[in-house]
Amino acid sequence: MSSVALQPGIGRLPRGRAHQRWRRFRNAFMLGLTGLCTLLVLIPLFLILYYVVRQGLPGLHWSFLANAPKPVGEPDGGMGNALVGTLELLGLAIVVGIPLGIGAGVYVAEFRGETFAHVVRFAADVLNGIPTIVTGMFIYGLVVVPLHHFSGWAGGLALAIILVPVVLRTTDEVLRTIPVSYREAALALGASRWDVIWRVVLRAAQPGLVSASLLGISRIAGETAPLLFTALNNSFWSFKLNQPMASLTVQIYNFAIAPYDEWHALAWTGALTLILLVLSLNILARLWSRWRSPRRTA
Amino acid sequence: MATSIASPARGARSSAADQAFLWLLRGLAALVPVLIVGIGFELYRASALSRHAFGWHFLAASTWDPITEQYGAWPFIFGTLFTTALALVIAAPLGVAVAIFLAELAPRWLRGPLSNIVDLLAAVPSIVFGLWGFLVMVPFLQETVEPWLGDHFGKLPLFQGAPYGVGFLAAGLVLAMMVIPFVIGVSREVIGAVPVAQREAAYALAATRWDAIWDVVLPSARSGIWGGILLAMGRALGETMAVTMVIGNRPAVSTSLFAPGYTLASVIANEFSEATTPTYIAALLEIGLVLFGITLLVNVIARVFIWRMTRQVERVAA
Repeated sequence: MSSVALQPGIGRLPRGRAHQRWRRFRNAFMLGLTGLCTLLVLIPLFLILYYVVRQGLPGLHWSFLANAPKPVGEPDGGMGNALVGTLELLGLAIVVGIPLGIGAGVYVAEFRGETFAHVVRFAADVLNGIPTIVTGMFIYGLVVVPLHHFSGWAGGLALAIILVPVVLRTTDEVLRTIPVSYREAALALGASRWDVIWRVVLRAAQPGLVSASLLGISRIAGETAPLLFTALNNSFWSFKLNQPMASLTVQIYNFAIAPYDEWHALAWTGALTLILLVLSLNILARLWSRWRSPRRTA
Repeated sequence: MATSIASPARGARSSAADQAFLWLLRGLAALVPVLIVGIGFELYRASALSRHAFGWHFLAASTWDPITEQYGAWPFIFGTLFTTALALVIAAPLGVAVAIFLAELAPRWLRGPLSNIVDLLAAVPSIVFGLWGFLVMVPFLQETVEPWLGDHFGKLPLFQGAPYGVGFLAAGLVLAMMVIPFVIGVSREVIGAVPVAQREAAYALAATRWDAIWDVVLPSARSGIWGGILLAMGRALGETMAVTMVIGNRPAVSTSLFAPGYTLASVIANEFSEATTPTYIAALLEIGLVLFGITLLVNVIARVFIWRMTRQVERVAA
């Protein structure tokens, strides 16, 4: 587009030279301003990353990963149990949420003609926008109240509900990039719709679907609000899903709002661990589809 | 793989299987709208106690007192709307400016990296914004920014009172940082979707680049940009952790940016797991219902805006 941009003020309009200069000045000024805004927006990101690394890195020892939290004053407290808890909650959310999200996404993409597919796509966008704390309340009523206690199950399910619409929408987008000719070729060979979807479309879309799932997981890995009154927290090692379960995010929150400097230090290290987890999932998601996609010719 | 696809002996059986498969997929997909209805219904059902006790007055009353069991949501509704408005006043113009820069001006080699960095901002978890906001930004606001604002603009109602650090200003700033990627993302897409021919036509009439952007591109993209801003608004209304950590958590209505406040989402985060009496729990669930209703409305409107814009662009392209 920029190659066809003409020189400003090429047509000498009868408004006079002063006006031309004003327009040229305004042009340069406003364009410069947008660049300045871009810099301004990036500053907080760099500040946050800078502080998280500076404050968090010194505490990133083996004991941080190997130990559970300890009372104030005892050295070598850590967030090992919270890290394991986060992974366990993520695992549950993945097992429940990814098949649901991909299945529903396949429906929305492959049966585009049906009105219901549009309804579901719209609903997924809306569900995606519902505050995750509200999802937590819903699971509280659905799981925690009937079972009479907080549990890893409840936390994982809350995360799964958040994961579904994200995976659905990205699956929808990935499947749209698979050429129609693939489907037509399979159908021409006598394949059923099931065969077309299972053996052709999903297989061709596989790298994209892995990316979509990783992106979704990176989104829920950083969630705190839906865990506050579902998985709650746990100061001890516990791998049981029917017990309250620690998570990195809730543990960071509890340490951050406490008035102790050593807990703040642990919170910073926890934040660094969390950011490393989320960002590596995020970056892996982007790279995966680039590495694994067969080079398709249009 | 190819042989089984080509085998012709499947006929009727496979079409029955196809039907079953289709219904399975429909069933999975139906879960999404069912979840939305289910969430609304559950909150409505579980908040019955509070709804019956306080009626519509719940929305307007400003007492929040667990000891006397008097609950009103107005301080939280006010805090949510105030912080959201503050965030959007900052994030909307900045976000659109960045989108213009990314879509129209940035040299090609800079576009990819810059877009990735903006996406990174969106990927930073809420709790990390909260931690940084609480331990770094709040002290800075309290010691430097708020005293300065108070000294110079103290006559305005916005900048009155003691500088606590935590409060509406801190919440608005953190929210602005968190929602700006949504404004940028959607705006960049819709600005990029405006046909090149429209810009060329403007240049042919001696428009400068800025004239073309301001008078041609932005009006065409307006509907989509509003959609992005509304989407950001939905996020800001429901954002929980970061706000909870920097807003000060005091159920009070004030027009001063320095005053501590409370939002719908943060009162749930703070008090729900400690609420003891059934009425207290029901009142918090009704707060959740209000939050659900507001965000549902904003998101539906946002999607309709964006959908209208894409349809319009498709029509122009066709």
